[in-house]
Amino acid sequence: MSDLTQTMALEAQTSAPGKARKSLGLSDTVTGWLLSLPLTLVLFFFLVLPIVMIVIVSFWGATEFSIYPAFQFDNYEFLLTSPVTYSVFLNTIKYAVITWAITLVLGFTIAYFLAFHVRTLTWQIVLFLLCTIPFWTSNIIRMISWIPFLGRNGIANSALISMGVIDEPLEWLLFSDFSVILAFVHLYTLFMVVPIFNTMMRIDKSLIEAAYDNGATGFQTLTNVIIPLTKPGIMIGSIFVVTLVMGDFITVRFMSGSQKANVGRLISNDIALLQYPSAAATAVILLITVLIVIGILLRFVDIRKEL
Amino acid sequence: MSIKQEKKGVSRRSVLKGAAATAGAAVGSGAITGFPTIWAQNIKDVTLRQFGTGVSNLNDVAQKVKEDLGFTLEMTALDSDAVTQRAATQPDSFDIADIEYWICKKVWPTGNLQAMDVSKIKNYDKIVGIFKSGKLTPESEIAQGTAPHTVGFIPEPGATTFADEQTNWMTLIPTIYNADTLGIRPDLIGRPIESWTELLNPEFKGKASILDISSIGIMDMAMVCEAMGEIQYGDKGNMTREEIDKTMAIFTEAKKDGQFRAFWKTFDESVNLMASGEVVIQSMWSPAITAVKSRGIPCVYQPLKEGYRSWGGGIGLSKSLSGLELDAAYEYINWYLSGWVGGYLMRQGYYSAVPETSKEFMSENEWGYWFEGKEATDVITSPTGDKLAEAGETRDGGSFYDRMGSVACWNAVMDENQYMVRKWNEFIAA
Repeated sequence: MSDLTQTMALEAQTSAPGKARKSLGLSDTVTGWLLSLPLTLVLFFFLVLPIVMIVIVSFWGATEFSIYPAFQFDNYEFLLTSPVTYSVFLNTIKYAVITWAITLVLGFTIAYFLAFHVRTLTWQIVLFLLCTIPFWTSNIIRMISWIPFLGRNGIANSALISMGVIDEPLEWLLFSDFSVILAFVHLYTLFMVVPIFNTMMRIDKSLIEAAYDNGATGFQTLTNVIIPLTKPGIMIGSIFVVTLVMGDFITVRFMSGSQKANVGRLISNDIALLQYPSAAATAVILLITVLIVIGILLRFVDIRKEL
Repeated sequence: MSIKQEKKGVSRRSVLKGAAATAGAAVGSGAITGFPTIWAQNIKDVTLRQFGTGVSNLNDVAQKVKEDLGFTLEMTALDSDAVTQRAATQPDSFDIADIEYWICKKVWPTGNLQAMDVSKIKNYDKIVGIFKSGKLTPESEIAQGTAPHTVGFIPEPGATTFADEQTNWMTLIPTIYNADTLGIRPDLIGRPIESWTELLNPEFKGKASILDISSIGIMDMAMVCEAMGEIQYGDKGNMTREEIDKTMAIFTEAKKDGQFRAFWKTFDESVNLMASGEVVIQSMWSPAITAVKSRGIPCVYQPLKEGYRSWGGGIGLSKSLSGLELDAAYEYINWYLSGWVGGYLMRQGYYSAVPETSKEFMSENEWGYWFEGKEATDVITSPTGDKLAEAGETRDGGSFYDRMGSVACWNAVMDENQYMVRKWNEFIAA
């Protein structure tokens, strides 16, 4: 996707001052192609080629310690006939959907507050930077710090017990779906806040005044003016969150104590055990799934038009 | 590849002599005290890159190497899977691989490691029988699984298959090994634990753990299933597909019933699970017990009536090592077996491949406690100074011969490994 948009943008720019270029003896088309060449090459070598390699390797065979070229469907056959694959993909999608829904509500609310309730630009910037502070530490540390907090004898449980809310420590706080999703939300909400905040800041304030003047209630303004205009931001944020969650493996491993699986873990287990072809086949299926999800998301909003 | 050329021209006997005359002269002279070497000058510039599992990749060892031998040893610690992966796929990224014997079985056929000339290993004769003939004492029976001696030798340099008997070419020089069992928190369990079956006892629902390293985990599972009487294995170290399916079915059911709190993959994870009380019974490694104890938390490496699951590690040389670096590597190996490291590791609860030499680096009390299974006559401390046992306590499981003598199986790579790995993946995902 980005490949296309970028090249088009470049071509559009170069065709305007075309006359100056002609003195070099190059036509607009040639200049256009030349200018888009570096990006094309980068994308070709670092995006297209690796993906092609993965697709090729997914048909190879593997022994204990090596992989050998072949054209066989064993990897896919094993993958697509195993009931575990389906439950794992389902689990991955479950994580993605729940995390997406929570980060969307949180992200939208935070962005709304920043964009419309905070009056001065200075404070907007200060508060926005405040949101990014957690990103100053590594995301693994942010994730692992939940473990002592949520543990059986952790801070959360001891606090609840001493307050008399519960008698027995809550087991599901840690090493469960709950802790996995909690970590995801913690890690990825900012990816939702930033693009939504960005689009909200570009909404012409007079539109909101016009809505108010025409007698719209706050809620009507929100649903009829603000949400439609923030759609591109919401969509970009959604793509970030969905792809990050679907591709993740380390959060699931740590926060579920290796008890839950998503596709990323399936792949990482295969790689750890030197089963590269099998890992590649899983990666191809995951890639296709993610592309389909993004395809569906893009049906709702034409990002290229909106930007 | 200098070994190859030597081998072509001369008989084994003259290799022995030749080795003794050249590199051996340096190695041979006073190996224990400081290694005066003929290339003492330029060896200081040598850097050897070693990687392995956390258990023996210790910075203290690297420091001591610098002190005693003069060259630099760079250590990288990884988990078992990452170690296997690196040894198999990135032969140029290391000089010395500190791996386990079952990893060797997987990795050796890639040709990324070179065999070692036994005649250059000074303490070879003193290495315990487990690594040579497979027998601890002449009467012992060989346990199931990938026993170290089965992958310890190759018929000739460059061979990718293993030899059935001792030869002059060793794949790994054995460094440390141990007999593993379950670790428990006696304070939270409050009753004696005697059998592997306790791992799946519903009493410990949500408080058990097993390690997520397939080659090792499957053996723990097999010990449990066999102890429960659910499955009779032909050979636990080389299961059939049917046996694998049955084993996984029992554990998958337990997992779905919420028996396990978590699975662990690295040493630290196992320590944290145990120390925090998240888990009260789990597969564990000896120094992890030591680490929990040194925090003042009671933890026992519980001997079980069905016996131990054992493992052994050794160091192998990258195929790209040659010349001065190769000489340095041999010198390092000889130093490794000369006692200081052995003493250090034995004070953590491991065993040295050459116990005799380690004895000189341990106090009588330490030797008695760790090796002979005697009552400690004084406080026992870890190499880093934490108190591990009071006077009067004895080691869990007793003496070296008691523990290593009741090994039921070795960590293994099976013929059906690929199938097992896929099933393992399903178990984790289930």
